[in-house]
Amino acid sequence: MELIPFDFLAGLAVIAALGVVVLRNPVYCALCLAGVFVALAGLYVLLSAPFLAAAQVMIYAGAILILFVFVIMLLSPRVDQGAGTLKWQRPLAIVFGFALIAELVLVVALAVLPSARGPYTPERIAQIGSTQAVGASLFTDFLLPFEITSLLLLVAIVGVIVLAKKRQ
Amino acid sequence: MLTVNHFVILSAILFSIGAVGVLVRRNPLIMFMSIELMLNAANLAFVGFSRYLQSIDGQVFVFLILTAAAAEVAVGLAIIVALFRARETVDVDEANTLKG
Amino acid sequence: MILDPMVVTLIEALVKTIVVIVALLTAFAYLTLVERYVVAKIQSRIGPNRVGAIGGIALLQPIADAIKMIFKEDFWPAQADKIVYTIAPGIAVGTALLAWAVIPLNPSMEIFGYHVDFYIANVNIAVLYLLAISSLGVYGIVLGGWGSNNKYSMLGALRSTAQMISYEVSLGLALVGVLMISGSLSLVDIVQKQSFIWNIVWQPLGFIIYFIAAVAEVNRLPFDLPEAETELVAGYQTEYSSLKFALFYMAEYINMLTVSAIASTMFLGGYQGLFGILPGVHWLILKIMFFIFVMMWMRGTLPRFRYDQLMGFGWKVLLPLALANIFITAIVMVVLGK
Repeated sequence: MELIPFDFLAGLAVIAALGVVVLRNPVYCALCLAGVFVALAGLYVLLSAPFLAAAQVMIYAGAILILFVFVIMLLSPRVDQGAGTLKWQRPLAIVFGFALIAELVLVVALAVLPSARGPYTPERIAQIGSTQAVGASLFTDFLLPFEITSLLLLVAIVGVIVLAKKRQ
Repeated sequence: MLTVNHFVILSAILFSIGAVGVLVRRNPLIMFMSIELMLNAANLAFVGFSRYLQSIDGQVFVFLILTAAAAEVAVGLAIIVALFRARETVDVDEANTLKG
Repeated sequence: MILDPMVVTLIEALVKTIVVIVALLTAFAYLTLVERYVVAKIQSRIGPNRVGAIGGIALLQPIADAIKMIFKEDFWPAQADKIVYTIAPGIAVGTALLAWAVIPLNPSMEIFGYHVDFYIANVNIAVLYLLAISSLGVYGIVLGGWGSNNKYSMLGALRSTAQMISYEVSLGLALVGVLMISGSLSLVDIVQKQSFIWNIVWQPLGFIIYFIAAVAEVNRLPFDLPEAETELVAGYQTEYSSLKFALFYMAEYINMLTVSAIASTMFLGGYQGLFGILPGVHWLILKIMFFIFVMMWMRGTLPRFRYDQLMGFGWKVLLPLALANIFITAIVMVVLGK
């Protein structure tokens, strides 16, 4: 029963991902990427992570992609010129893609997964709210990464301003 | 019955599609989008495992990855804009002035 | 006839959705009329008083406007990207309507022994959902500007988008104060906790910041530079006509309704009455009308911000104020031990 939304969202994600990679017009690729993000947000809700679903839509689809669309609009209104300069590059890349999928699926199928070891069962997360669970963990166990990430954001802001300045 | 394998295999497929996208496309913006696709595939694997191992660490990690990805996209796009602003074509193979 | 519980939930959600959407569309139609009357009154004019007039109020005017708009020529700009050009107004209206899925309209009641909840969904991250939907609303504008294949449209769209994403930050931060007080992200919980005292008593600064940011988000005067008539033709709406333009117009008014509803729910107590008297959807409607009236009042009286003043205000004034609000709220909460 849970399988129906999973199938639908997974199919949507894969088709949109193929759209990103295959379509010629960069704006269509960006819209397909938005589709991937929204499908993944739906999958996060299925995985008892509604906070992450909202954060994913807000940050990825609502901010990062807008940035992409801005740059696409400013830089290349033209359609993508064509595939690579080397003829055999594309078929070889596709072969590598299939090899990668096969390898990853093999690893997953042969792996022995450890048993559940944490206290956060889906029922508990539904009870206390995934936001509270993530927040509590973020500010106690993961405090150092949190602070370093804020430093990273500061560095990114300064870097972007320097990069985007026109030369005088 | 939904197991973790479903999500990890989906993550693998998305990751491979992104990897092929980086290899095949010449437009730097679309290559960048494929890289974001790979990051998202990894995020999905994290959240999947977080649910099935009943730990919240996976979700926290994804949150931090989300933030780092936002910073990375901002800087990456600034670099692309700075690099291709003066040129006519938007093709990574043309950006070869450092080539010996 | 006993139905499967999942089917019952689906039918219930469908019925509620249809009721809300129909109500919103009717409200939109009559809001255009109300706007013309309010602005006319401020400018010492009479306003429309002919079409289907009952005592000087033209009640059929919105229908006349709608028919006129439908019959206008539906042109496609040359070399416009057809898919993007068509879906942009759809995205704008869609995201405007989606936000109403989580707003509680009335306290839960028992009708004929059947428990009815007057909200479409009780998501426990409702506030985050609202912020996510409002950040998706930018797509309608940016795609509309790009799809028109017109430099003025694109410039207007870029300005509008930059304005919206700048004020989104202050909007979200202004709401954090309310979240700290309520301790929950669910709108149903937030409204239930305001049964005696509304949140505006605890968060006056947050309320002001939220309202200013909300007016900027909706692109209303004094923040409507991107679509002002004297600037850049009509911004991203330049190349749109007839139904597609009507959809953009509808999206703007429904956005106004949405931000008013969010302000009412988070700061003024939603369906809660003053001191808990007679809670119900009538209070919510009154509060929303109050906010709409204030927005129209501002439109009639205030001059427009210049673009750099607008962006400077958003980043240099509103954002530090919102952060200061969170800081002060936190200190007061720790001191008072709430």
